[in-house]
Amino acid sequence: MSRPRSAASKASALRRVWPNALAVVLFAGFVFPVYWMFATAFKPTGDIVAEDPVWFPVDFTFEHFRTAVTADNFWTLVRNSVTVTVLAVLFSLVIGLLAAFALARMRFRGRRGFIVAFMLAQMAPWEVMVIAIYLIVRDADMLNSLIPLTVFYMMMVLPFTLLTLRGFVGAIPKDLEESAMVDGCSRPQAFVKVILPLLAPGLMSTSLFGFITAWNEFPMVLILNKQAEAQTLPLWISKFQTVFGDDWGATMAASSLFAVPILLLFLFLQRKAVSGLTAGAVKG
Amino acid sequence: MTAPRARTTALAPYLLLLPALAATLLLLGWPLVKNALLSFQNLNMRQLILHLTEWNGVANYTEVLGSSDFWRVTGRSILFTGANVVLIMVLGTLVGLLLARLGKRMRLTLLIGLVLAWAMPPIAAVTVYKWLFAQRYGVVNWVLDRLGFHSMADHNWLATQFSTFAVVTLLIVWQSIPFVAINLYAATTTIPKELYEAAALDGAGAWQSFTSVTVPFLRPFLYATTFLEVIWVFKAFTQVFAINEGGPDRLTEILPVYAYIEGFGNQHFGMGSAIALLTIVILLALTAYYLRIVLKQEEDEL
Repeated sequence: MSRPRSAASKASALRRVWPNALAVVLFAGFVFPVYWMFATAFKPTGDIVAEDPVWFPVDFTFEHFRTAVTADNFWTLVRNSVTVTVLAVLFSLVIGLLAAFALARMRFRGRRGFIVAFMLAQMAPWEVMVIAIYLIVRDADMLNSLIPLTVFYMMMVLPFTLLTLRGFVGAIPKDLEESAMVDGCSRPQAFVKVILPLLAPGLMSTSLFGFITAWNEFPMVLILNKQAEAQTLPLWISKFQTVFGDDWGATMAASSLFAVPILLLFLFLQRKAVSGLTAGAVKG
Repeated sequence: MTAPRARTTALAPYLLLLPALAATLLLLGWPLVKNALLSFQNLNMRQLILHLTEWNGVANYTEVLGSSDFWRVTGRSILFTGANVVLIMVLGTLVGLLLARLGKRMRLTLLIGLVLAWAMPPIAAVTVYKWLFAQRYGVVNWVLDRLGFHSMADHNWLATQFSTFAVVTLLIVWQSIPFVAINLYAATTTIPKELYEAAALDGAGAWQSFTSVTVPFLRPFLYATTFLEVIWVFKAFTQVFAINEGGPDRLTEILPVYAYIEGFGNQHFGMGSAIALLTIVILLALTAYYLRIVLKQEEDEL
């Protein structure tokens, strides 16, 4: 490089600055929609329908949250969403863990076939299967019930849960379990006393995916549960703006209430998941 | 005494797998079979209410495959998926490489921004984008007006096919970049430093070491991610339906939305099932090449 010195140093300064400048612009771009949701939710209506946008909420108000929370059926829908999500995740963890243990620790005929089948099941196109599911659920006379939602959400997350847990179980040294069995534990006892505690971080990070999938699910509840009291929050959010006649403050408040649990879970469990993975790597 | 014990041990894995297998067959296998059966039936409002089963052979398929609507929607779906996936992969890769270049503090800042966009529930994201692009008081129109595009001051983004797709694409790309960027950044941290040293010894510049070390190392990851993104975008029912229900004039319906509106909205359940089955076939065709490689790899590893 035979460039003059000043030009070279200017070029290297530029080279140091542009990634940071770009990162700031990108950060703003990625965060803005999330920020705007919260900002709108806390602004008085006068600031929302302003000719020039009010970029930072100065007069905070909880008025829009009050509108959202006192809307018809709000608490019923919260209960529905929580029930369906928690049960779907719990069932998939239990069923998935049993299968994961067999796939990670035992040798038997057809093992590969099962794993490949679950990998394919993970890619199931649920969005286009809703018509068939609607007819199955209708013939069972279970429309507008939380039971079909729970079991189908369980199935949506089961393959991922099972395959991920298989990895976590496989990472636990076999000796631990065997020495517990030498000490007089039966195999199920060894599993509960030795493996289960070590699996806790794995169970946490696996359930993150399940929570997000079940909490956010939209096409199936759209088709199965038309009755207002039987719906879940995503359906309510999607119709909120129309029902409330472009009340953007309340719409953003409702969206915020719906998004906050997932945003928090993500930020919180993201770290847990990473530490769980690294802990597993150290132990293995 | 030993024989029954050995038999239970041999049966144990199957017993442990039983709940998962039963659930999969009943809740995933049966709907798929049911979908196939329905696609050979004439099932409209009347038959639905009276619980009639009227088989009509391949009539649904001849009607669907013979209609220009189906092919238009299919072409649109493929174009939509292609545009989104290219944008996601190119921009996601660039953001991932940027993450690798940043200092610690800046990287953490950008990572937090990415995680927030990633974690946003799609339905909440759709309502926020509707507000950002709202005709009255929407921020986007205000900014465009200020930048000199005065015709955009009262623009209705959801009034035309192209601008509706533009909004949906922006939404999907915004939410998908973080996954690609964060995972790509994580992959770059596993590239052994020696490879770069060796490349430098051979006289490679920054660009050459990028093309000869970074790119080949990341290639399997990029293939795998592209494959996943194709599946996700192709099935993006939630975003496309929630933003405008496939409108204006059914012009933004992609295949899953088309199947829903024909089958459920217009009460042609048999026809909707045929469209659904064809959608699955098209998705399989789009991903078959990669699916084969993945399954083969997995089998070799097991």
